[in-house]
Amino acid sequence: MSRKRLTRRQFVAATAMSSAALITAPYVRGAYAAGKLSIGFWDHWVPGANQASTDLVNEWAAKEKVEVSIDYITSNNKKIELTAAAEAQAKSGHDILQMPSWWPHAYSENLEPLNDVMEPLIKQNGEVNGTVKYLAQSGGKWLAVPATPGSQIKGPCSRIDLMKKYANIDVQEMYPAGSPPKADNWTMDTFLKAAEACQKGGFPFGIGLGETTDSVDTAGAIFQSFGAELVNAKGDITVKTDQVRQAMEYYKKLIAFLPPDAPSWDDASNNKWLISGRGALIMNPPSAWAVAKRDAPQVAEQCWTHGFPAGPKGRFAPFLPYFWGVWSFGKNKEAAKSLLVHLSSPSAIEKFVSVSGGYDLPAYANLTKLKTWAEEGPPKGTLFHYPDPYHQQTLSIAASPAPPKIAQQIYFQATLTKMGLRFARGETLEQALAWAEGECEGFMRS
Amino acid sequence: MADVVVERGRVARATGARKGSGLRNALGRKSTVAFFLTLPLILLIVLLVLYPAFYSLYLATLNKAMTKFVGLGNFTFLFKRETFWMVVKQSCIFAITAVIFKALIGFIVAHFVHNIPGKKQRKWRGMLLVPWVIPPAMSTLAWLWLFDPSYSAFNYTLSFFGVGPIPWLGETFWARFSVILVNVWYGAPFFLIMYLAALKSVPDQLYEAAAIDGANWWQKIWYVTLPMMRNIIAITTLFSLIVTFANFDIVRILTSGGPLDTTHLFATWAFQVGIQSSDIPLGACVSLFMVPILAVAAIFILRDVSKRGNEA
Repeated sequence: MSRKRLTRRQFVAATAMSSAALITAPYVRGAYAAGKLSIGFWDHWVPGANQASTDLVNEWAAKEKVEVSIDYITSNNKKIELTAAAEAQAKSGHDILQMPSWWPHAYSENLEPLNDVMEPLIKQNGEVNGTVKYLAQSGGKWLAVPATPGSQIKGPCSRIDLMKKYANIDVQEMYPAGSPPKADNWTMDTFLKAAEACQKGGFPFGIGLGETTDSVDTAGAIFQSFGAELVNAKGDITVKTDQVRQAMEYYKKLIAFLPPDAPSWDDASNNKWLISGRGALIMNPPSAWAVAKRDAPQVAEQCWTHGFPAGPKGRFAPFLPYFWGVWSFGKNKEAAKSLLVHLSSPSAIEKFVSVSGGYDLPAYANLTKLKTWAEEGPPKGTLFHYPDPYHQQTLSIAASPAPPKIAQQIYFQATLTKMGLRFARGETLEQALAWAEGECEGFMRS
Repeated sequence: MADVVVERGRVARATGARKGSGLRNALGRKSTVAFFLTLPLILLIVLLVLYPAFYSLYLATLNKAMTKFVGLGNFTFLFKRETFWMVVKQSCIFAITAVIFKALIGFIVAHFVHNIPGKKQRKWRGMLLVPWVIPPAMSTLAWLWLFDPSYSAFNYTLSFFGVGPIPWLGETFWARFSVILVNVWYGAPFFLIMYLAALKSVPDQLYEAAAIDGANWWQKIWYVTLPMMRNIIAITTLFSLIVTFANFDIVRILTSGGPLDTTHLFATWAFQVGIQSSDIPLGACVSLFMVPILAVAAIFILRDVSKRGNEA
């Protein structure tokens, strides 16, 4: 068998020809030509809701030729916060990470500006509420995009029958399905009287006084409706003001009508309170009602979600948005931005709202009257006023308008509920305020 | 001692051997083999314990934004915080009370189990170890349902006797009582098994001699059992103190530190400050504060153990 030797001249010629062929060859677009994208989404409570996200992402990925991988991360035991902290430290991880309310500011240095995504989205979907701007904007830079999955208003969910019987309030008449609210008389004073009446009737309002978000959110909206701020927008401590004193006096009166074990409530306690039929009202998104629909239908058909009572400084409702952030160290930022635009399209948002049974809430003004909220039941229309369709409330978050990095600490250290509880348990008002002032001084670290 | 003898033997044999056999000798030594056998564990400890420990030391010296070095600034800041001193006090109350009760219950139950004959003893030993082998997060969830603010099974039972309802997790005293109770329930079997092993190693002759001398049961415990178990008591106490001080899951699941921060421990408060409030340097600082407290305890206890070891 003869063996042909390759000469040096032949080798050089062959190499040159192959290189030329490779360079001049037409670009062949493969199945995943636009690269890979790794996404960390919040693991939804509602069964089947994750599938909607997966379908929407896959639909976009097929069109854009991007290979995607999705991790659904539970918010139980702060797993999302831990993931965000670990990825920000390691400067490595998902390209897109869904993060809870305060986290865009907490990791502002590590997040890609998303003005080029948000500005067209606002033109398309309508203005976003003030809380979204407060939590996701820094120095004119959009740090993240409001995510529909997981975002929620924690307004009152009342028992129609018990409110009528004990407080003489017809919540359906006050917030009729399909038309604007007639809630001028739904004030903090009315609320307090209703709380007292229901407590005397044996069905106290189920409002927590613990350190978890449901308790803090309600306290936050009450304080804001009195204009009470522990730290103002400039970062000055404003604990010892008349507004804070007024809010504290009101909160103390309300605490007297709440269940005695409310200081140890967590975010599940109020849900259980409503579902078991022990209370006339809780402050929660419709998840409690959804569970009641399955486990206690006789309770569910008496539930009505509606607006927050108004205080001297306005009607504030606790709004807790989730955000999608793109890490600045992400490997495929352009693809990430393109996906966020897709996930924020009106059709995608409608799908999120529909599969979550109305739980998920878009932050955009034009998308508060979707048919899911009008049709969900029983009773039909129970969720109509959940997204504040007539924009009669100021959607807010507890501890705002303090600079977010300070407010985040007021929020998670539950300073509002703690100071209220101290006052209710026997400390003088000035002692409780002095304690809160000391706490706020500690939150000023930079 | 055996190791030295072997090495000496090898050295004696190797005197006439050629120079290249040094490495073979080193590899053949028992201590070298032991080192290589423990190497995977050493590497794991370096990776999972030492590296995070030094990294948290580094983190504790940064400002909140983690952009500049502040030295001991975070520690001096902590010392001025009322809540921090409350956490120090609570951690000491929690750890010391829980360890005392765990040791006491473990000691008493170990005696009972020790006196149960043969086969039955095995069954009891198995049953009593159950709390220790269930993952604490899972068993604490069961406790949470028993203490549940609104639907407590304990309160339901107490109501038949006209007692309660007791705010198990809503009042400072009861909340502290509850978290300590669960910790004792979880940790007592560890003491039980260690003490049982120690009891079995006390020679019967000592008790026989004590009986001949007319010692009663209390004197037997005081003059025979306790001195013979001193080292094991010291070591288990130290070990349990470290683990109890660093406890996280029980408090996190039952009270999240409430009401009004009165059940926070170092670990739960560090989590709240570091992760939930996004102040990782301060969180690292809080968790590092356990080190000096535990180091002092370890020095005292281990010094005592080694002193008695030398005396023996």
